[in-house]
Amino acid sequence: MSRLLWLIGGLAWLLVAQFPAVPAFWIGLANIVGISAIVALGLVVLTGVGGMTSFGQASFMGFGAYTTAILTTGYGLSPWLTLPLSIAASLAAALVIGAVTLRLSGHYLALGTIAWSVSLFYLAGILDVTGRYDGIPAIPPVSLFGLSLADPRRFFVVIWVCVGLAVLATQNLLDSRVGRAIRALRGGALAGASCGAPPIRARMLAFLYAAALAGLAGWLYAHLQRAVNPTPFGLPASIQYLLMAVLGGAGQIGGALLGAALVTLVNDRLQTLLPYLIGAQGNFETIVFGGLMVLVLQTAPDGIWPQLARLARRSPAGPTPTIPDAPALSHRDLPSPGTRLLDVSGLTRRFGGLVAVNDLAFTVNAGEIVGLIGPNGAGKSTSFNLLTGVDRADAGRIVFRGQDLTGSDAPAIARHGIARSFQHVKLVADMSVIENVALGAHLRGKAGALAALLRLDRAEEARLFAEAARQLDRVGLLADAHRPAGSLALGRQRIVEIARALCLDPVLLLLDEPAAGLRHAEKQQLAALLRRLRDPQSAGGGVSILLVEHDMDFVMGLTDRLVVMDFGEKLAEGTPGAVRANPKVIEAYLGGVA
Amino acid sequence: MDGTILLILVQDGVVNGAIYALLALSLVLVFTVTRVVLIPQGELVAFSALTYAALDGDTLPASLWLLLVLGGLAAARGLWDGRRDTGGKVRLLLETLGPPAVAVALTLWLAPLRLGVGVSAALSLLIVTPMAPALHRIAFAPLAGASVLTLLIAAVGVHFAMLGLGLVFFGPEGVRASGFSDARIHAGPLMIPGQAIWILSVTLVLMAALAGFFGATLMGKALRATAVNAVGARLVGIPAAGAGRLAFTLAGFIGALSGVLIAPLTTVYYDTGFLIGLKGFVAAIVGGLVAYPAAVAAAIAVGLVESFASFWASSFKEVIVFTAILPVLLIRSLASHAHEDEE
Repeated sequence: MSRLLWLIGGLAWLLVAQFPAVPAFWIGLANIVGISAIVALGLVVLTGVGGMTSFGQASFMGFGAYTTAILTTGYGLSPWLTLPLSIAASLAAALVIGAVTLRLSGHYLALGTIAWSVSLFYLAGILDVTGRYDGIPAIPPVSLFGLSLADPRRFFVVIWVCVGLAVLATQNLLDSRVGRAIRALRGGALAGASCGAPPIRARMLAFLYAAALAGLAGWLYAHLQRAVNPTPFGLPASIQYLLMAVLGGAGQIGGALLGAALVTLVNDRLQTLLPYLIGAQGNFETIVFGGLMVLVLQTAPDGIWPQLARLARRSPAGPTPTIPDAPALSHRDLPSPGTRLLDVSGLTRRFGGLVAVNDLAFTVNAGEIVGLIGPNGAGKSTSFNLLTGVDRADAGRIVFRGQDLTGSDAPAIARHGIARSFQHVKLVADMSVIENVALGAHLRGKAGALAALLRLDRAEEARLFAEAARQLDRVGLLADAHRPAGSLALGRQRIVEIARALCLDPVLLLLDEPAAGLRHAEKQQLAALLRRLRDPQSAGGGVSILLVEHDMDFVMGLTDRLVVMDFGEKLAEGTPGAVRANPKVIEAYLGGVA
Repeated sequence: MDGTILLILVQDGVVNGAIYALLALSLVLVFTVTRVVLIPQGELVAFSALTYAALDGDTLPASLWLLLVLGGLAAARGLWDGRRDTGGKVRLLLETLGPPAVAVALTLWLAPLRLGVGVSAALSLLIVTPMAPALHRIAFAPLAGASVLTLLIAAVGVHFAMLGLGLVFFGPEGVRASGFSDARIHAGPLMIPGQAIWILSVTLVLMAALAGFFGATLMGKALRATAVNAVGARLVGIPAAGAGRLAFTLAGFIGALSGVLIAPLTTVYYDTGFLIGLKGFVAAIVGGLVAYPAAVAAAIAVGLVESFASFWASSFKEVIVFTAILPVLLIRSLASHAHEDEE
């Protein structure tokens, strides 16, 4: 229904523009808004969702524009033929910059793209092939079935169809397996990595997607203006595109359109009005836009769109979530109880002079629940990080099911069937609970970005979400499936993390303080859940568990064996009863007998 | 290329590199203390050079009025943020409006007396330096808890606005000032201009002063503590906002000094500063924005690359300098094991 409304609205928008009564001036502005919106949409994915920033979007646009300009004027190629080539040129440029900067902290991408846009600006102004500072004139118009679209009023249709497609593609991308990996970047890159989605790949995908949209916008720009020169692709233009995304609401698709419209209209007004008012020469719009950017970041960091959306929407209570009917995903074979699962030996990690973990050795057998306990600062969480590839050990070996995992990174370890939860919860707060859980099933799907963009991933998505719903049901949180994960109490968020870990179809589950923040009854439920998970007879059971926990009642009643750490070293190991009687353990916890 | 040309290019590169080194130092300082990537530093350099040139040419610099605008905005921002507090208003007004008022008064008094380049230089420093803490109050202090990326976007916004303000206040014309010294020192085939000597010595003195400040004074140690751990520093009584303002003031002073030093070397326009500042960034990035010695060494290297590039392929000078950042980033990327930050 609402989809039909959107379609009718879109067609009306295209049609209205065709009436000669609509002034050409407004058509011209709307064309600029459309092209800018496409660039800003890319920034929505990159900055708003992925948490990265590029000051090079205008120069990616330049790659698209110059590619079609050179090929159509110099080699007589049809603009339709150069469209994929324009996008490919932007992608290639983004691939180079991305490969160089995306492994580093976020601000390096921003700084790298600043330097790169300045460099490209000068390069385009020097080289003969780009027509130096004069640029390339007389670019042929796009024509469709022999009908020339040289008139901006006709080209309006092309531009706004592209805007519509870009909006759809962006929606599709974000609502997909790879899209969730991009959205997970903001919840801390570790969350995605521990689910087997390498953050670097999600970053690269977001960056490439933004560059592709910029390339498309560049192609449109070249055939709208019918001429290109370096100025519209310089750094100031990139800054304006970022302003559009930030102003509109960097995480929102609607925000890109709103921001593009606002900035374009305000820009137009400022350029005509301000010189009159002030009576002097100058780029007054840069003062206004620069100030506006700072002001928006200070007062409404989420932009204008979410404020509007809040006014418009009163979220009605949805139907109670149920487990959808979809074919189950395949499960991996679990080792039979009692076989050696995890064998850690000589594990050592130093931070400068501090030895956080020293020569730690222990084992976990299939079907066991093993507790890793010790006073604060004993090295438990560091050990967890070493086991899950978040941190790298200075010495020691980690063998899992006979395979040496020492030095593997987090996604590789996830592929072996080791899933984890975090001491400091790492959920994507503004993503729904079930989407967060579905991120855990990342490795059990295959659909890539292209399938997501074209919506060819629906069958697989249904299966992933059915699995997520099953795991949520298992941990007792199915009713909360569609709430934003950030709206749950902290203790419940930990349980969501367990559901997410279960979606990995794990062999071994590593839980970092799962009971923290739970009430007594909830702790008992959690203990019962963990016992069921371990029980090979129960459905989906047979998972082995290694957990760090401070609540001694919880640990003593639940675990088969305990490993006690103190000052980075193993103090004791054995059944809960034996550990409780161990004098060294008592001393570590209660201090020496006076 | 013969030996003489080589030496001249090296001399050119080192002199320019010294300026970039000063800027790189100020950028590292501001980044470590406040996590702000100070993109508008270039504008301060240009504004200072334009101010010095105006005083040198016996006109009142437009930057005086710009300083008053910024001081006024900073005061307004401070009053707005503290509108529920009862005290501290007088102190706030003194801090935000005092330095601009002093700068304006001294300039109006001293400039017409034509006391020479030394006074012109001192007045330029006096006018431009307070702009930096004002910018901190207006734009960055309210964002103190934000991510590096948000601060960077804000910094670019400030750069954008300052660029527009620069055009309004200074106009599009470029100017070039007379040097501190017309002396020439002949050393073998080299003829070293006095200005080059000035630049190198000022750079060395400033570096030594900074080292002394950070190593020996309580204030310097407080800044270092904030750089290492802002929360921890606050817990032992070092106010983060004050430390940030101090870092910005130092950066403003270094930027203003750089502007005065380059004013006689090249024609400066209102937008020249950005490219100069960006070269400081290229250098600062080599040290990961946190290492002072690496930044200085890299700055000299940037100066050398630039001077040799302008000899071999002068039109490609900027292209070569800024493309050089890509291999630098690549090396940093390969050297880092994992993703560096978790904000």
